[in-house]
Amino acid sequence: MTTAVLERKQEPQTKLSVIDCDIHPTMRTLSDLYPYMTQRWREHLDTYGLFVRQGLGKTLSHPRMQPAVSRVDAWPPGGGLPGSDLPFMQAQHLDPNGVAYGMLQPLAPGAHSQRNAELGAALCSAVNDWQLAEWTGKDKRLKGAITVPQQEPEWAVAEIERRAGIRDFAQISMPPRSDEPLGRRRYWPIYQAAVEHDLPICLHVSGLNGHASTGGGWPSFYIEEHHSNVQNMQALVASFVLEGVFEQFPTLKIVLVEGGFAWVPALTWRLDKHWERMRSEVPHLKHPPSHYIKKNIWYTTQPIEEPERPRDLIDLIDWIGWDRLLFSTDYPHWDFDDPHTVFKVKLSDAQKTQIFSGNARAVYRFA
Amino acid sequence: MARHVVAAADEIAPGASKLVTISGREIGVFNVNGEYFALLNLCPHAGAALCRGKVTGLVVSEEPGKYQLLRQGEMLRCPWHGWEFDIRTGQSWCDPKTMRARSYPVTVEPGSELAKGPYVAESFPVTVEDAYLVIEM
Repeated sequence: MTTAVLERKQEPQTKLSVIDCDIHPTMRTLSDLYPYMTQRWREHLDTYGLFVRQGLGKTLSHPRMQPAVSRVDAWPPGGGLPGSDLPFMQAQHLDPNGVAYGMLQPLAPGAHSQRNAELGAALCSAVNDWQLAEWTGKDKRLKGAITVPQQEPEWAVAEIERRAGIRDFAQISMPPRSDEPLGRRRYWPIYQAAVEHDLPICLHVSGLNGHASTGGGWPSFYIEEHHSNVQNMQALVASFVLEGVFEQFPTLKIVLVEGGFAWVPALTWRLDKHWERMRSEVPHLKHPPSHYIKKNIWYTTQPIEEPERPRDLIDLIDWIGWDRLLFSTDYPHWDFDDPHTVFKVKLSDAQKTQIFSGNARAVYRFA
Repeated sequence: MARHVVAAADEIAPGASKLVTISGREIGVFNVNGEYFALLNLCPHAGAALCRGKVTGLVVSEEPGKYQLLRQGEMLRCPWHGWEFDIRTGQSWCDPKTMRARSYPVTVEPGSELAKGPYVAESFPVTVEDAYLVIEM
């Protein structure tokens, strides 16, 4: 626009209470983390920089069609990256959309994905301090995620132990693409710590971590890569269930963030069918896979499924379970879902309450 | 229905736009190569402030390996999900049957004509010498 833009009204547009399970706080620059890192790591970053598990470390595997993967209107007027300015985030999103709680999903600077494991651990810890100081300490609606170096489970557990008593942290964050499928036993100490502290584990799509994005290899286009999050989440669910994670930790809560949900019924049916024939291969499973999937796993809604016939969404959620979905916006990213327009089909008041806030209140034990 | 004077004609350069408010509705007024069009500042897909999107063209291809950039400056891309709308009609490119941004006709009228009234001018004086953009709503 060439002339002054008239901002939309900022008062809440709805009485709907919203718990947004995917909000991205962003650093202006990597040096925002420096106050929370020792001299040794500050100098390391100045000298060597980051070293993640993929080529072209300073960009994503596929160029995004919008800068900073963000809504065009989410760049703070005072400068800085989208998601880096709390007052603007409050004015553009938290206040007008009636957000009661916002679950932080800090992605930068790829702390999970560092080749240098000690640097990764230092970055995880700094990201946790940064969330407390810059976000949850300044807006009580925001809840942090304990970011852990999952490749070194002992260090991850130590980080959880350091943070678990802090109420501003509501969950533990790990990447869905790790060195090995996350159901493997090497990761179980993390799950032990999670259930001991009653902290859900959220797995937000966050880069490739050295893997090809699709089961068919490297795609050509962003549009071709974007859906690969779905494959990734399916592989994770199968790993968690079939390795017996939920037999060992029956109260473990896994929240899959930004990986879609329309695939859940098909995967569940298929796993159950195979279990009937191959149960003896995984005798540690006392129940069919659907039992664990419906009890231990939740899914965030964004980017929402948009079936050709909008009403088909109701059947889909019937199959998954209305208690399984947690509303999310992905603010400030480009595929943001607005709570007022996200559902193209009418939901009952009870269904709305469950998805927009009730399920999250139960998972995170909010009052 | 009332006639609303929303801008002086020379105020919006080709390729540019202006956001105005008429009866509480935000409307973007666009100059596309000297022609004027107005769209409601609300994306019919998911409710974004559509007029804050990028004015762009249309990339089309008849077969893999060949492409053309057509209609430069005639498409508006939503700032959220990138849906493309024809500024001339409000029609969506991907879902033209069901997804259309609300559009309003814009006329260019000389000040001498407007001086006869009645019209609503929000914030500036209308002089007989100049031309103005008018939306009837």
